[in-house]
Amino acid sequence: MIIKKTIRALSTAWKGLSLTLKHFFAVKKRRKSVDIKSDNYFEQKEGVVTVQYPKEKIPIPEVGRYQLHVEIDDCIVCDLCAKICPVDCIEIESIKATGPIGQTSDGSTKRLYAAKFDIDMSKCLYCGLCTVVCPTECITMTNQYDRTVFNITDLTYKFSDMTPSEAEEKRKELAKQQAEKQAAKEAAARSADQKKQE
Amino acid sequence: MGLKNFTFFVLRGFYHLTFISQNFGKNSGVFFKFAVTTKIKLNLYIINVLIGGLLFSFTALFALFAVYAERKVSAFIQDRLGPMETGKWGSLQTFADILKMLQKELIVPHVADKLLFAAAPLVIFLSVYMGFAALPWAEDVAPVSLNIGVFYVFAIISVESLGILMAGWGSNNKYSLLGGLRSVAQVVSYEIPAGIALISSVMIAQSLDLHVIGLRQGVASVEAIKFLGIWDVSKTGGVFAWHIFQAPHLIIAYIIYFIASLAECNRAPFDIPEAESELVAGFHTEYTGLRFAFIFLAEYSMMFLVGMLGVILFLGGWNTPLPNIGSVRLADWTSGIGWGFFWTLSKVLLVVGIQMWMRWTLPRLRMDQLMNLCWKVLTPLAFLCMLVSGLWRLMVM
Repeated sequence: MIIKKTIRALSTAWKGLSLTLKHFFAVKKRRKSVDIKSDNYFEQKEGVVTVQYPKEKIPIPEVGRYQLHVEIDDCIVCDLCAKICPVDCIEIESIKATGPIGQTSDGSTKRLYAAKFDIDMSKCLYCGLCTVVCPTECITMTNQYDRTVFNITDLTYKFSDMTPSEAEEKRKELAKQQAEKQAAKEAAARSADQKKQE
Repeated sequence: MGLKNFTFFVLRGFYHLTFISQNFGKNSGVFFKFAVTTKIKLNLYIINVLIGGLLFSFTALFALFAVYAERKVSAFIQDRLGPMETGKWGSLQTFADILKMLQKELIVPHVADKLLFAAAPLVIFLSVYMGFAALPWAEDVAPVSLNIGVFYVFAIISVESLGILMAGWGSNNKYSLLGGLRSVAQVVSYEIPAGIALISSVMIAQSLDLHVIGLRQGVASVEAIKFLGIWDVSKTGGVFAWHIFQAPHLIIAYIIYFIASLAECNRAPFDIPEAESELVAGFHTEYTGLRFAFIFLAEYSMMFLVGMLGVILFLGGWNTPLPNIGSVRLADWTSGIGWGFFWTLSKVLLVVGIQMWMRWTLPRLRMDQLMNLCWKVLTPLAFLCMLVSGLWRLMVM
């Protein structure tokens, strides 16, 4: 009984030891990154699995769903992305322009300035809804995934290319235009009243 | 109460040590002889201090190397890379670790037994460090030539379990105490098969002096050596002259000794005193900084010590594995003081490597399995080996 047990203990111990020895000497091999669709995806049973990030990186698809990016020149400030975002991580402040201010690369006319276009990536849940609703496809997800920061406020990406003074100027222009319009309206109304009285 | 008991044990332990160390002065001879033959004229006391320093720096350097090796071996076995950033291939990692550890605060738990807590790392390390005193490195190179060398090393190794119990008790932490108790139960049990296995080798060598035991396993032997008891290999030497091949049952004795020595080092698969998954870190849970470093140093020095003791008693000590074949005098060419150091180191490092390999393969034994293995398998087998040794000595040699 005890002899049988001893022999079994020794043989199983040896089995384990030979297995670890095999892995010990297989250290020269490195595991390659294989497409999951490949037939021999599970065939790599030996070799080092460590990826020495950031010196080496696992390849990721170009259309990865990681950090958000906004091509602000193409943005028409429609606010759809901010409305659909389930966690409200996009914050947009728009200023009406006094007239058409240009065209996006797909031909839509821009009529609004984006005084503020902030995305808080620490809130983002990477659902990608904003990229779906965007009419000009200016908000996209990139294959950038490592955006480590020391200060959490650095995770709020500011995409607006307007300085506060520029925004203030545009606001004044808009107010001036509106005031002129108002004045013109009032003048028109006044002259209409005078005509009635006469 | 506890302190009284401990002081009693410590005093009793050191009484034995002082009794043994009285022989030190008389027997500093072997290394001294080496010094004289190489025309070094040094005061005996300077030599003593020098050797102490050398041994300490060796244990420290070995521990640094072994910790690095352990991490690399474990990483390779688990298909990882291990430390890679500090120095080429992470080779400076352990130096960085020890530098960090030296700067750490020595924290003493509020309810700890301060004296025991502070003394335990020293007792643990000293017992291992003193064990090195009697081990020969090459022909005529041993810090101390004790005629009871095997007994001395074996006695002083067991003082370590006292230190571990001091650490466990002194920490005043239930996990530490459990670890300490487990360690003592384990070390005391496994000393029996280990001791009996060593005795079966000593019976073949007919000496307790480690230097003499080493001499009798190579070409320098004055006595006749017979491979498997039949073929006279006194002039051939090499691997045939090693104890395990002089009397083949010593292979089993060596395996028993090796398993028991793993248990005495508290290493996996017998690491239940430290069992990370159950006891945090066992007896050294509460230790920080330099004290922790000493416990760690003792653990790795202990690996080398028990490995070296096994090598000297079973695997030919400093003797070369290459035999003389006719006019190709391989054994003669690869003998000498330099070669002696080389063979000792390479054999012991191989044994230490096997210890690491075992650690990262085998799962930890349960307490009852541990005791089963010791008392029901290893101890009877060791007694059988001793019996065969006696018969071998009477009938074959």
